[in-house]
Amino acid sequence: MTVLAPGAAPALPPSPYRVVGRRLETSDTATIELEPVRSGLAPFSPGQFAMVYGFGVGDIPLSVSRIEGDRLTHTIRSVGAVSSRLASLEGGASVGVRGPFGTGWDLTAAMGRDLLIVAGGLGLAPLRPLITAALTAPERYGRVNVLIGARSPGDLLYADEAERWRAADARVLVTVDRPDDTWRGDVGVVTGLLNRAEFDPGATAAFLCGPEVMMRATARDLARRGIAADRTQVSLERTMHCGTGHCGHCQLGPLLLCRDGPVVRWDHAEPLLAVREL
Amino acid sequence: MTAGRRDFLQSLPPVHRGWLLGFAHEVTLPAETRIFGEDDVADRFWVVRSGLVALDVHIPGRGPVVVETVADGELLGWSWLFEPYRWHLGARTRSAVEAWEFDAARVRAAMEDSPAAGLALFRTIADQVIGERLRSARTRLLDLYGNDRSRESGVRGAVG
Ligand SMILES: Cc1cc2nc3c(=O)[nH]c(=O)nc-3n(C[C@H](O)[C@H](O)[C@H](O)COP(=O)(O)OP(=O)(O)OC[C@H]3O[C@@H](n4cnc5c(N)ncnc54)[C@H](O)[C@@H]3O)c2cc1C
Repeated sequence: MTVLAPGAAPALPPSPYRVVGRRLETSDTATIELEPVRSGLAPFSPGQFAMVYGFGVGDIPLSVSRIEGDRLTHTIRSVGAVSSRLASLEGGASVGVRGPFGTGWDLTAAMGRDLLIVAGGLGLAPLRPLITAALTAPERYGRVNVLIGARSPGDLLYADEAERWRAADARVLVTVDRPDDTWRGDVGVVTGLLNRAEFDPGATAAFLCGPEVMMRATARDLARRGIAADRTQVSLERTMHCGTGHCGHCQLGPLLLCRDGPVVRWDHAEPLLAVREL
Repeated sequence: MTAGRRDFLQSLPPVHRGWLLGFAHEVTLPAETRIFGEDDVADRFWVVRSGLVALDVHIPGRGPVVVETVADGELLGWSWLFEPYRWHLGARTRSAVEAWEFDAARVRAAMEDSPAAGLALFRTIADQVIGERLRSARTRLLDLYGNDRSRESGVRGAVG
């Protein structure tokens, strides 16, 4: 008999999905669109992830970077065997998908507030469905700020979409760390853009996704500007295997990040990240 | 209300803001204008009202490399505060820029004459400009968005 950790879901076999679209985003990152071969999985919400199985190589956690009916979209950076395989799949290829897993962004906690959405690098992928959700119901929120930082202009994701967000009244600011000769915009870390974001710190909800160093620097800056830690959500990653709270690979202190994360409030995350070797 | 946004002049207590603005005059600079070069004498400084200014370092063989930008509401330049009063970086407008321009020697003298105002100005520069730059330089040293494949086992920042 298998004993599950409290709250753990039983592991189900992967559902067959087919690649129906692929787009190269940057030199090492591609977006693939998947449609169920038979029936789709339960609906995903922004911030949740799937375990996507590449036949013959294994499965990895991938956030949903767009949600449209039954169709799942993932933006994948090639870092190793599985991610490189999945990122290179062309239309018609088959994959297996399990999910939805994990906690999503809590947009209900943001009702009536200004939104500050801060993305570093590939961190924009899990934030994209959140931005779409916020901009399709503008009456529910105050001002929507989207601050994007990338290493270089060539590493920026979804450039055409940023224009659509601007057209929908979001304040979209973009900065790069290492400009090339063609770059005419901001240069510097993403926290530098906070000076120009428009928000009332007492009535703001912040959503951060990117490398841990970036999220920590941003969350601390937001606290200095008066945004309470419980109004800031971050998305954390740990090596995950089962996705269902069984295996313990993704444990961070009392949290199993595949089940209790990846989205965690900063007042919960900060003390855990401050302790080394938890 | 936009209190989350940090504006250099707004961060000064009103009485000291008025004091500082007493030394200012408005300037408009066209796009792609060199404002100062590395090692030039730092005899002025600016608060950008609109537009974008790039701070650059000259690298032999590569020309000027932009390391940071300064935008509306931000202070441009603090080398005028410390001897030998020479710029550590160069500055060039990217777009047309409107700014308050200040005569550095006059402001330094006024800071000596009005220590309370001088301290308020110094604090704001230390916190918002020097401290901020130091924090972002440290963060950048860690290669913020790098896809560092040597990191293992700890919590990785999400999908960095
Ligand atoms: C909840 C969650 C959501 C995720 N969402 C996405 C997503 O939307 N898009 C995406 O591309 N990735 C995402 N990831 C990361 C992705 O799961 C890993 O990149 C993947 O597991 C790597 O597997 P691999 O077999 O390709 O490489 P491996 O062989 O496992 O690793 C190859 C090398 O890359 C390093 N590496 C692995 N992951 C990362 C990483 N994230 N950043 C930097 N270096 C890494 C390893 O340390 C190793 O040195 C997510 C991870 C989690 C936990």
